[in-house]
Amino acid sequence: MSSSMNTVGRPTAPTEVDPIHGFQSLTGGRGLLQDEPLIFEMDGWDKTGVDVPDADLDASDLGALVRRDPIGLPGLSEPETMRHYVRLSQKNHAIDLALYPLGSCTMKHNPRLNEKMARLPGFSDIHPLQPQSTVQGALALMDRLAHWLKTLTGMPAVALSPKAGAHGELCGLLAIHAAHDAKGDHARRVVLVPTSAHGTNPATAAFVGYSVREIAQTADGRVDLQDLKAKLGPDVAAIMVTNPNTCGLFERDIVEIARLTHEAGAYFYCDGANFNAIVGRVRPGDLGVDAMHINLHKTFSTPHGGGGPGAGPVVLSEALAPFAPTPWVVSHEDGFRLVEFEEGEAVQSFGRMNAFHGQMGMYVRALTYMMSHGSDGLRQVAEDAVLNANYIKARLSDVMSPAFPDGPCMHEALFDDRWLEGTGITTLDFAKAMIDEGFHPMTMYFPLVVHGAMLIEPTETESRIELDRFIEALRALAGAARAGEVDRFKGAPYLAPMRRLDETQAARQPRLSWKAREGSNLAAE
Amino acid sequence: MHYTKDHEWVRVEGDVATVGITQYAADQLGDVVFVETPEAGKAVTKGDGFAVVESVKAASDVYAPVSGEVVEGNGALADQPAIVNEDPTGNGWFAKIRVSDRSQLDGLMDQAAYDAYLASL
Amino acid sequence: MRYLPLTADDRRSMLSAIGAKSIDDLFVDVPLSARRDGVVDLPKVMGELEVERELSALAARNKPAGSVPFFCGAGAYRHHVPATVDHVIQRSEFLTSYTPYQPEIAQGTLQVLFEFQTQVARLTGMEVANASMYDGSTAAAEAVLMASRVTRRTRAVLSPGLHPHYVHSIETLAHATSIQTERLRPAVDAEADVIEAIDANTACVVVQTPNVFGTATDVTRIAEAVHAAGALLIVVTTEVMSLGLLKSPGEMGADIVAAEGQSIGNALNFGGPYVGLFAAREKLTRQMPGRLCGETVDAEGRRGFVLTLSTREQHIRRDKATSNICTNSGLCALAFNIHMSLLGEKGLRKVAAVNHAQARKTRDALAAVPGVEVLTPRFFNEIAVRLPRPAEQVVQVLADHNIIAGVPFSRLDPEAGMDDVLLVAATEIVTDHDIKLLAMALSKVLSA
Repeated sequence: MSSSMNTVGRPTAPTEVDPIHGFQSLTGGRGLLQDEPLIFEMDGWDKTGVDVPDADLDASDLGALVRRDPIGLPGLSEPETMRHYVRLSQKNHAIDLALYPLGSCTMKHNPRLNEKMARLPGFSDIHPLQPQSTVQGALALMDRLAHWLKTLTGMPAVALSPKAGAHGELCGLLAIHAAHDAKGDHARRVVLVPTSAHGTNPATAAFVGYSVREIAQTADGRVDLQDLKAKLGPDVAAIMVTNPNTCGLFERDIVEIARLTHEAGAYFYCDGANFNAIVGRVRPGDLGVDAMHINLHKTFSTPHGGGGPGAGPVVLSEALAPFAPTPWVVSHEDGFRLVEFEEGEAVQSFGRMNAFHGQMGMYVRALTYMMSHGSDGLRQVAEDAVLNANYIKARLSDVMSPAFPDGPCMHEALFDDRWLEGTGITTLDFAKAMIDEGFHPMTMYFPLVVHGAMLIEPTETESRIELDRFIEALRALAGAARAGEVDRFKGAPYLAPMRRLDETQAARQPRLSWKAREGSNLAAE
Repeated sequence: MHYTKDHEWVRVEGDVATVGITQYAADQLGDVVFVETPEAGKAVTKGDGFAVVESVKAASDVYAPVSGEVVEGNGALADQPAIVNEDPTGNGWFAKIRVSDRSQLDGLMDQAAYDAYLASL
Repeated sequence: MRYLPLTADDRRSMLSAIGAKSIDDLFVDVPLSARRDGVVDLPKVMGELEVERELSALAARNKPAGSVPFFCGAGAYRHHVPATVDHVIQRSEFLTSYTPYQPEIAQGTLQVLFEFQTQVARLTGMEVANASMYDGSTAAAEAVLMASRVTRRTRAVLSPGLHPHYVHSIETLAHATSIQTERLRPAVDAEADVIEAIDANTACVVVQTPNVFGTATDVTRIAEAVHAAGALLIVVTTEVMSLGLLKSPGEMGADIVAAEGQSIGNALNFGGPYVGLFAAREKLTRQMPGRLCGETVDAEGRRGFVLTLSTREQHIRRDKATSNICTNSGLCALAFNIHMSLLGEKGLRKVAAVNHAQARKTRDALAAVPGVEVLTPRFFNEIAVRLPRPAEQVVQVLADHNIIAGVPFSRLDPEAGMDDVLLVAATEIVTDHDIKLLAMALSKVLSA
């Protein structure tokens, strides 16, 4: 046989190589991942990526107010800018890359139609204070979003303006505060919060001057009714309960919790962070809730954007509706109008929480999402989210230890770290090893009531195949943990853009902005 | 040396009590990254928070085991919080307090009682 | 439903793997009284085309700023944002990632935040900036609470030129936390009046420059008075583009800066989402609200970034946290970061100069209109003018003729007795022709 090709002996299969441990590139790059400097290190002190005509600057009115000293802001040309950010982007995990099972955070697919609609100039290029006659479509959209939220929750009113979940909690507690005040009841200084609550609940209560009293949890992960009864009293302003709760369980006694709360003269604030588990199937209004925020960035899939922006509209009961924050939209014979001041129909409002009208860009995305699904699709969202979580729980329960093995979970499956006992591997180690397998870790060490908690929320937008891939990866890791492959976990992640980072050093000597090294460009000072 | 259930230790010399957190407490916190100690002259009441100690993942108040007036806070901890992990019962002390009521010391645990308490946790 | 990957077969086989007979078995914990069998009374699933049609129809009922001569400001500004910005923020890895709690796989977001913090600190002339707040108004309210924590005092003085929405946002939070606020009567050029209002219980003084009437103020003397009284000076800026031309709050003695960052990188969006900038002196770092990103190294000694000083925050300190804030404005901060990286100091100063030039032309054109009085003495890109009749009427008539002339002050504060005051902003998007059209139309309306 004669060969005319490949005569240089190029190998066509990989030769055996050492594992990646210990290998380092010469430049700090990792394959396609460049070691990207900060913009302050790219010598852009006299550059710009925008072409702007030179203005005839006459700042004579401003005198000494004119800025003279260098600011120290580098600029980059457009190609440099594009490359800088695209390189950085490649160091991020994202829901578009793989399952992102952060419990309580609801990382689901973000439909791009939502982005497209939010960018229509009719929504993105309108000013919050231009005449209301020129923004009737925007007000109509807010009104329609309000209608959907009220209908889905079975609540009579909604305050759209809160800018995130915690801001919604603030809105709810301020309304409750105002409602007690209106009754002349100033003695209520306590808010009851279960030990399993999100940190924002006690933080919000304390933020508005309430003291926080914790309610115990039962062995099956629910609010302890006996403890609740003992702690309710004339000094209690409100109870804050997450439902489904942070253990991923529906509070079976929710109606009784509401009844007891009301009987004690307090209001029931429901943390609606997990509304995605019940949307279309259960209306919080039927459970006795007085106020509940809805994270549009969770249930209704506005993108998380690396930490925000979010939106946290709050639905309110009849009792709290008069105290809602301004502004809100009302319809009248000629169209829609904003109620912007605490007068007339808003005389009892507790006031304004922020400038303008809230997160319009998120309203458009959330309404687009709702209309796309429709009432039937949203019900299916809740069902599939719960089904996926239970499927994960069922398929991992023989190798990991579910925190609450009895009965179904809702949209997230909670495991503790009993199954790691004796392996020398912690929840953190296990989570970091997941990164090497291509998955983002689950929520760890939360809720606080479960030791070494691992809270897995797959959401409804994962396919069966992706769920199985995830499950098989976790089963393989669990096997490795049991087999004593401690290094695989302790050193993890090995294959991520970075190895484990030193948080101790970051906190001991905080470096919160870039400082020029000595002797470098003056503009940096 | 005397101990509290909140894992503070107290060493009394004359009428001045030196106060810090125990090895157990330091280990529980992990790497200490920040310490706020009181300034001299501050009046403290037994049971009230008088200092703050933080690791990356936890923040904790340190409670005064006795009432009195702060003679000196350990300013060195502000720059070198790691001392708390390295030498919690020595250089990692938090404050010296002039004790106003020595009888408060009677309610504290001695070494044996504290060891037994730790064993029970 | 196009967003739901499970098939009916998947659902059946998964239920059987779980050991459930039907989906209802998984909802057994819901009380019977709250179970809903049918779907709620709302429209059913809709295809992409239909949704797009309906929403486009709603959008078409609004008049976009880009379609008319446009002069609205008052805390939200229309600037030109380079196309690169919106492209990059829609990259999956930025758009669809969560808060960077796993730094090994979130260095993109973290490095952006570190750059953002540095840009904000330099722009405001401060030492430390956080990773953003919801918007300028909530940043201002948080700044007041922070000042109260730092000084252990309970009174806040709000200046005559502070944006009324900011005043109200601060009052709402202050009221609930037992902080008294004293707001001085709205006035175009009287920020220094705050000095008289300082007392021994004053935690902070909040001044705005350029203020809601557009007036730029040197706050150096105010800062001296505030510091002499042991209080903190909070400087609010709702138009950060102004910092390309004007002295920074830090140079003038601010202790905390709370600013709206929308102007850089972000669209008008009918008021949100925007990006709150929050910067302070280094010694106040541990009292700051919100996330902070810091530099560190990884296990191989390579530089990386993490969220740090988290013990201030709600997820650790719970009821002892500095704030309840959790979400920030990450993607809007990214837009700010990219736009600012494109501008650089050079571009920023140029764009700021164009803004000022267009505003001066607008001032001159309006001053020539009979009956119009220009009130703002020193400005960046916005002025207040007095009209011979209620501003709201005039704006409405001009809007009907496709000119959005500005914001009537009564829209922000109907009780100030300033119904005849109109706020007019001119950024780089305003052309000389737009200015001419505005002046001509205004003349016509006022002479009618």
